[in-house]
Amino acid sequence: MNCKGIVAELEHYFDEELEPSLRAEIEQHLGKCKKCRLIVDTTRKTVQIFCNSEPAPLPDDTRRRLHDALLKKLRHETFGD
Amino acid sequence: MSSQNIEPMKLHSLPSQVVKEDEPALVAAAKAGDLNAFDTLVTRYERKIFRLAQNITQNKEDAEDAMQEAFLKAFEHLAEFEGNSRFYTWLVRIAVNQSLMKLRKRRPNQVSLDEEIDTGEELLPREIEDWGPSPEEQYKQNEMGTILNNAIQDLDPSFRIVFQLRDIEELSTEETAEVLGLSIPAVKSRLLRARLKLRQKLNRFFLRSDHP
Repeated sequence: MNCKGIVAELEHYFDEELEPSLRAEIEQHLGKCKKCRLIVDTTRKTVQIFCNSEPAPLPDDTRRRLHDALLKKLRHETFGD
Repeated sequence: MSSQNIEPMKLHSLPSQVVKEDEPALVAAAKAGDLNAFDTLVTRYERKIFRLAQNITQNKEDAEDAMQEAFLKAFEHLAEFEGNSRFYTWLVRIAVNQSLMKLRKRRPNQVSLDEEIDTGEELLPREIEDWGPSPEEQYKQNEMGTILNNAIQDLDPSFRIVFQLRDIEELSTEETAEVLGLSIPAVKSRLLRARLKLRQKLNRFFLRSDHP
């Protein structure tokens, strides 16, 4: 398998959906191809950095309007006003 | 070098940041009428849902409306939630639908999400530089937030939404396909392209040689 083939299979590789023989073939390639190994490593880090990123705090006015809307809905459900 | 030196493959290697263990108990309490429990769920997820809505609509006003409508709908239909999926996944589905409605209303002529996009770009990256073990630690949290936000906003909407659902909200491929009305191969293809494009965008910030 060449480098282009590795990138084409990356999605299946990350999702652990490959036949054992194909996975072994890819890992054999990664063991000797620094370029592909770095692509796999930095792509994995990209996902992990986004996955672990914390969302910014909600702006105060946005949060107040959200909770006001929920309170209004709640009053309507409870008291019908 | 032998294949034993390759790191484990799992992408989401850390415990999920999204769902906490007490979620089912909070949902059960909310369904039984405990409003504080529902408020706890809202407070827990409001930042994530707002970020999700912003990344889909790319408009603060629309994102705020979509978030509000998502929580109101969740509250209204809570009795119908049967617990077959995680509550958070259910909430994300509602928020995605509300956000897409806003997006389509504002940009009716935009590229359809279910349309196949051929970027014609070569997927194989050219450079081979290493990032080092923890590239994100070179930046303060707010700087990282800006870097990540700019990178994801630059993506094509159909890539951005798939990446958001799969890799940030941690929906499965099948769930993402169902929510967006895409085929599973289309989700996988877009996810790969999104990951490689984001990797490319982050590359200049994380190159080990730039930050010895």
